[in-house]
Amino acid sequence: MSPTEPVLQVRNLSKSFGTNTVLRGIDLDVPRGKVVALIGPSGSGKTTILRSLNGLEMPDAGSVTVGARGTNGEGGPVDVESQLPSLTLDFETKVSPKEVAALRDRSAMVFQHYNLFPHMSVLQNVVEGPVRVQKRPRAEVVAEAEALLARVGLLEKRDAYPFELSGGQQQRVGIVRALALKPQLLLFDEPTSALDPELVDDVLAVIKELADDGWTMVIVTHELAFARQTADEVVFMDGGVVVERGPASQVLREPKEERTQQFVRRLLHEI
Amino acid sequence: MDFNLFWSSLGPLLLGAIKGTIPLALASFALGLVLALLVAMMRISANKLANGVGRFYVSIIRGTPLLVQLFVIFYGLPAIGVKIDPWPSAIIAFSLNVGGYAAEVIRAAILSVPQGQWEAGHMIGMSRNQTLLRIILPQAARVSVPPLSNTFISLVKDTSLASLILVTEMFRVAQQVAAFSQEFMLLYLEAALIYWVICLALSTAQTRLEKRLDRYVAH
Repeated sequence: MSPTEPVLQVRNLSKSFGTNTVLRGIDLDVPRGKVVALIGPSGSGKTTILRSLNGLEMPDAGSVTVGARGTNGEGGPVDVESQLPSLTLDFETKVSPKEVAALRDRSAMVFQHYNLFPHMSVLQNVVEGPVRVQKRPRAEVVAEAEALLARVGLLEKRDAYPFELSGGQQQRVGIVRALALKPQLLLFDEPTSALDPELVDDVLAVIKELADDGWTMVIVTHELAFARQTADEVVFMDGGVVVERGPASQVLREPKEERTQQFVRRLLHEI
Repeated sequence: MDFNLFWSSLGPLLLGAIKGTIPLALASFALGLVLALLVAMMRISANKLANGVGRFYVSIIRGTPLLVQLFVIFYGLPAIGVKIDPWPSAIIAFSLNVGGYAAEVIRAAILSVPQGQWEAGHMIGMSRNQTLLRIILPQAARVSVPPLSNTFISLVKDTSLASLILVTEMFRVAQQVAAFSQEFMLLYLEAALIYWVICLALSTAQTRLEKRLDRYVAH
């Protein structure tokens, strides 16, 4: 597999909730080591795409393919001992719980409201998945978790409970929890929307660093400045379809479509 | 009142509590909780049949007196050829009763845990059962301790009903001593005192458990 081959390939993804159609045939390619930002007004379907990529939402049609993992050093920061084969979920047919589990093995999500486990310490939050689900040796996982926590400046909080942390700190733990799973694909669902403005920058800095490290990421965000700096590609969605996509600088600075222009102008005016 | 009788009957009454009331309450509560968890899962499942069966069970248990349930099992079932001894009859009746009440407590407690916790559990790769056991129930436990403690304290007192199906628990011992000595006031007050002390101890345990489970919540 070449480094430019997509880690993620979404084809014709469609989803309705009752009579409300939220995704209308979405295609999306994310090459290895690239960052795609999904932007668009509320209800445009961007969060539904992200949730579909982690099996939290079941699309009605279309398919999701997550490519095989690269070997060491090949376009991505993940050291891989075990090679996961390429996986395709075709939602035209019934998807089994096993397939959903396989999809979750390959992606990890950072939630808007962090969703840390309140009854577990910071360290427990991070090691729970790798130890309980992936059955990796605890000592090894703890060492990795501590290194990751140190990296986001939270090692001294390892024994704290989530309620003892600020929103920004909780979200950084949320990011570490996702990283500890060693996914091929990191998914961020409006990771800074629930934060106080002064806490946003710390979290964005961490995500920017991960992008620089070569993680493959899909980010739903309203932070246009951040998207411009971090994303390789920006996808603007509205009404369940992709209206415009392209390099971040083009879509955000010189959008071609009128709807994109309106959206970008409105968000920039808010700032 | 004959205070010598108070002291001389204290031993037999306490023995009745230790050998009857307390094990009866503990066994019934433990079995009842397992049953309650199963019924709670049925009640929150998407399966309409499971949900209906769970709802019907809870409705029957809550809609009929405990004494009637106890009598149906011990005196009623033999009529259709099912004869159960006093002790197992009492444990079955009390477990079924606790199961009905605690199911609603556990169901409400599970539903009080935010949906995002299920999603985070699934995100890290946990199955539904793993998420339930590791993520949801520990959080549900915190909110369900006060109402479940009520259920348990009620159960301790309700075990006195087992005296009516010949189980030798504390209250039956008190009845026997009272009948023999004709000191009804003394013996029933003495039994009441012991129930009260047991329930005080349980209330203290409840407070400590609540504090322990509250340690991860902002105050």
